[in-house]
Amino acid sequence: MSAVDLVRSSPATRTGLAVATATGLYGVSFGALGVTAGLSVAQTCALSLLMFTGGSQFALVGVVAGGGAPVTAYGAATLLGLRNAVYGVQVGAMLRPRGWRRLVAAQLTIDESTATSVSQDDPDEQRRGFWAAGLGVYLLWNLFTALGAVAGDALGDPRRWGLDAAAAAAFLALLWPKLVDRDGWAVAVVCALVTVVAVPVLPAGLPILLAAVVAAAIGWVRS
Amino acid sequence: MSWGWLLAACATAYVVKLAGFLVPLRVVENPRALHVAGAVTVGLLAALTATNTVADGTDLALDSRLLALGVAAAALALRVPFLGVVLLGVGVAALARALGLP
Repeated sequence: MSAVDLVRSSPATRTGLAVATATGLYGVSFGALGVTAGLSVAQTCALSLLMFTGGSQFALVGVVAGGGAPVTAYGAATLLGLRNAVYGVQVGAMLRPRGWRRLVAAQLTIDESTATSVSQDDPDEQRRGFWAAGLGVYLLWNLFTALGAVAGDALGDPRRWGLDAAAAAAFLALLWPKLVDRDGWAVAVVCALVTVVAVPVLPAGLPILLAAVVAAAIGWVRS
Repeated sequence: MSWGWLLAACATAYVVKLAGFLVPLRVVENPRALHVAGAVTVGLLAALTATNTVADGTDLALDSRLLALGVAAAALALRVPFLGVVLLGVGVAALARALGLP
């Protein structure tokens, strides 16, 4: 199947590419922020290439910009990335990648690729959604990180262009098809509330993990 | 920041990601675990929607993103396709900010 046919026939691939575009553009702000915080262009690009998990990257750069100790930056980034282990369990069970594919899939396991994948019901679409979003975000996130690191603030605040709202709209659109019964709605509302209450209380990144634990508990009790 | 700490943080991030893939499938493959996984999926998507709408670091911020989320929900109820929903969200937030909203 050619790439054009794939995009035409697979909604998950289209969703993945749309997610990749919206997220990738945001790499500009990370690139600009990294250099502003005092990292070199090479270090900023290395974070997007090797760490490749936006929340952790912003956390690390945030601590560095605030003059925090390297170990604090390391801790903040790691804490924010812990949810990726939960994503790994889900993606691993759905896609069952083996050998080198598993190693690549692990690196591409982030909010966007996991969300695109789990929002699909058909196993083939789950696989296509994961790879389209994962590879697409990887490519564009790195491209725009480099652009932001070199061009810096000249590109302006992405919030001015409403780009920060893309994530909220995209995640809601991925959640929407799952809200088919009362149980789905109940879990979604409870988890959203838990997250909002936890945001000011817990370190960044942990509210999402807490929501996952609450969802698991509800799922366990209701099964 | 030194390259040493930076690369250590990157390596840890990768190990955390890979750890999830190394959980044996028999642990995740029973009816109860599948039910739990389904609930976790919904919970994670709801949590990601919530943080991306109202979180600003560890603060809560009510700004144009909330307006964008409302419009996105209306668009989804009207069965607008995915890309249209995202573009509407971006457009509404950009418009609201141009009008001076936070």
